[in-house]
Amino acid sequence: MSAPTEHAHAEGSKRIFLIVWFWLLALTGVELFLGYEQLELKLMLVLLMGLSIIKAALIIAYFMHLRYERPSMAATLMPALVIVIVLMNIFLPDSLRLLHMRPH
Amino acid sequence: MASHEAISANLQGVGESAWGGGVAPFATGSKKLGMWLFIMSDAITFAALLMAYCYVRVASDNWPRPFEFYPALVKATVMTFILLSSSVTMVMAVRASKLEQRASAVKWILGTMAGGLLFVIIHATEWVGLIREGVRLFHNPWGSPLFGAAFFTLTGLHMTHVFCGVIYLGVVAGWFGKGKLGSEDVEVAGLYWHFVDLVWMFIFPLVYILSIKG
Repeated sequence: MSAPTEHAHAEGSKRIFLIVWFWLLALTGVELFLGYEQLELKLMLVLLMGLSIIKAALIIAYFMHLRYERPSMAATLMPALVIVIVLMNIFLPDSLRLLHMRPH
Repeated sequence: MASHEAISANLQGVGESAWGGGVAPFATGSKKLGMWLFIMSDAITFAALLMAYCYVRVASDNWPRPFEFYPALVKATVMTFILLSSSVTMVMAVRASKLEQRASAVKWILGTMAGGLLFVIIHATEWVGLIREGVRLFHNPWGSPLFGAAFFTLTGLHMTHVFCGVIYLGVVAGWFGKGKLGSEDVEVAGLYWHFVDLVWMFIFPLVYILSIKG
């Protein structure tokens, strides 16, 4: 009965882990490079967060093995996380109001 | 090991459909599902702290950008490299434990712990450096007094996670080596370790790269 799990773990081979590791390091290098480019803050934030989300997805999918789990597991775990983070983001524009209300 | 076999036995006949029910609807042990649920709640904690940091930063007109290429950015990049590499040693440990190579799995876990300790040590030297420069929780020489609070809270909570992870891995390595724990327990510890790595992937750009002096 251990056949399905053995099959699942055969998919996460050493080669895949090293490829993922290489890409994570490469994307970190790109982030560091972007840090020294004179970009508009909003564009910079979008690029950095985009790259970080790709890195997080790689870690979750391959290192944390979620890609090889039942799809129902990701469907149970991820939407709540995404919804909560999106809801938190609703408050972010309020910081601009605070900035303009400063007395000095 | 016995418990692992029991889980495999329990999985029999379960999950012909994704929501088939039974004892293990996700075809995983309850420890693994429990760790995933903990990771989700911990992810929300870190997301809230990162949001709070972004909020106070945008709301301040004098947020400092104090980080030089050396030491801050070099150290943060090296720390990123160490943490990512320790994730690779951890997947190797999980792989070895699945293949029942106990000694090899313990060695890989010890390697992961060494990476974690190195991370904490480099991070600690960075903290000491900043404190020597005069950064305190609600005071610093450069600008908004909230910089210290945001920096030390975010990186401090993360460092605590790394430190607890090293202890957790030490316990798992010892007990797995003695045969008290199964490969599922190594995998569950690995999930936690990769999550700590994942959080750093957001702290690195938001706290370090966006605070480069220039």
